[in-house]
Amino acid sequence: MNLFNILDTIEKADPEVYERIDSRRALFKNMAGFGSKVAMAALPLAVGTVFNKAYAGTRGKADTVVDILNYALTLEYLESSFYDDGLDSAVIPTNRRSIFTQISKHETAHVNFLKAVIGQLNGTPVDEPEFDFTAGGSYPTVFTDYNTFLALSQAFEDTGVRAYKGRAGELLGNRTVLTAALQIHSVEARHASMVRRLRNEKGWITGATGSPTAIYAGEDNKTQAGVDITSLGYSANASTEAFDEPLSKDQVIEIVTPFIVQ
Amino acid sequence: MKQKSSGVIPRAGEKSGILSPISRGKFLQYAGFSVAATGLVLVGCSDDDDGPGTVDLGSGDIGILNYAYLLEQLEAAFYENATANPYTDMSAAEKTVLEDIREHERAHRDFFKKALGTSAIAQATFDFSSIDFKSRASVLGAAKTFEDLGVSAYNGAGQLLKDANYLLAAGKIVSVEARHAAAIRDMLNAYSADFAGDDVVTASNGLDQAKDPSTVLAAAKPYVKTTVVITNLPS
Repeated sequence: MNLFNILDTIEKADPEVYERIDSRRALFKNMAGFGSKVAMAALPLAVGTVFNKAYAGTRGKADTVVDILNYALTLEYLESSFYDDGLDSAVIPTNRRSIFTQISKHETAHVNFLKAVIGQLNGTPVDEPEFDFTAGGSYPTVFTDYNTFLALSQAFEDTGVRAYKGRAGELLGNRTVLTAALQIHSVEARHASMVRRLRNEKGWITGATGSPTAIYAGEDNKTQAGVDITSLGYSANASTEAFDEPLSKDQVIEIVTPFIVQ
Repeated sequence: MKQKSSGVIPRAGEKSGILSPISRGKFLQYAGFSVAATGLVLVGCSDDDDGPGTVDLGSGDIGILNYAYLLEQLEAAFYENATANPYTDMSAAEKTVLEDIREHERAHRDFFKKALGTSAIAQATFDFSSIDFKSRASVLGAAKTFEDLGVSAYNGAGQLLKDANYLLAAGKIVSVEARHAAAIRDMLNAYSADFAGDDVVTASNGLDQAKDPSTVLAAAKPYVKTTVVITNLPS
């Protein structure tokens, strides 16, 4: 996919799209009706949070594709900034730096990619927020203690996987953006698996175990599309590990807000 | 013995395809549950009159789900072989990882089988004779191939689905396949960047691969004896 011809791609998929729309906002509503299917969940009431401003879209209306991409961009800014700070510090052992330079390279690339896509959709990328990776003092040693750094790295990667997963459904009908989102989502999962293994954890999530608990809430789900996986003969561990669960926008806001300077 | 149509829900391949009838005994062989002491690398017997058969994945969302089901069948059968016939000097930690992955792939496979019901394709037969199950490099190399391929398949198939519920189900699985891929790659070259190497994640944009069904199935073909008809899949 040529990112910089995304609108051409849209036109090729639906040649009459530009003939029947007269506004950019209508364009995205018209894409297979995905916007009309998504009711806007109750917006978090915290006034003035950067995250709200970033992606909250219009109160009472479904998020647009640009809103969703700005949500993703905010998360990528967070990860990118976290790894930049980590690599700038002495917290990562020399023999593990290549792992984190690779992850950092991807997060920076994701930031640039998402900004480009948003721009091509004639949207405005949100500005990078100011971050506090101590979360107001909860993690004072984030960049001095490797174990703390690793714990937060895992937290951000596992959250990222679940956050993308939680919004993919809203991209149904927009083939180009949905595919790109899936292609980022699986990279975050590779990152998560690797970081977990560095902590001597399994690459996959067992039950709802993990800290902070909000990140793993719901991961103990054993029922998929009405099918109880354990009824097929699999252990609870295998059943919960085999499927990663989505997080809603509100859940993600709650998880990341402590790391964003308001 | 002709397989009966449900009459209401079309059986995959009913329109144009052929589901080769197989006996229960052959089914169990194809599913890889019987493993000879010497190691079963050819899953499914080619000596009998039935042969490996043909499956038609079908059309629409059902076609895509059958496509995923086929790939999970492949992965499950591979890991069943790999864990039943551990390579030389497989460590306890490695055994745990491979057994975990095996259980995940089986759970994925059986989930699709259950969810598809009478629309599910039959169990395909596979050929792992090109893999040396005694060799760590060969087994993990094949595992890496299958996991990366699975990730690219799901990433490429998401856009072909119409139902958000199926997209969600596929989404829940693909990230686990990516976790597998990273773990296998880390086993092959520990503590390196290979878990998400530039060979699979494009450096310029940080995106993983996304491939269409015909590309994926062409890559899988060396391992799949069954003929897979994809002509009715969405595109």
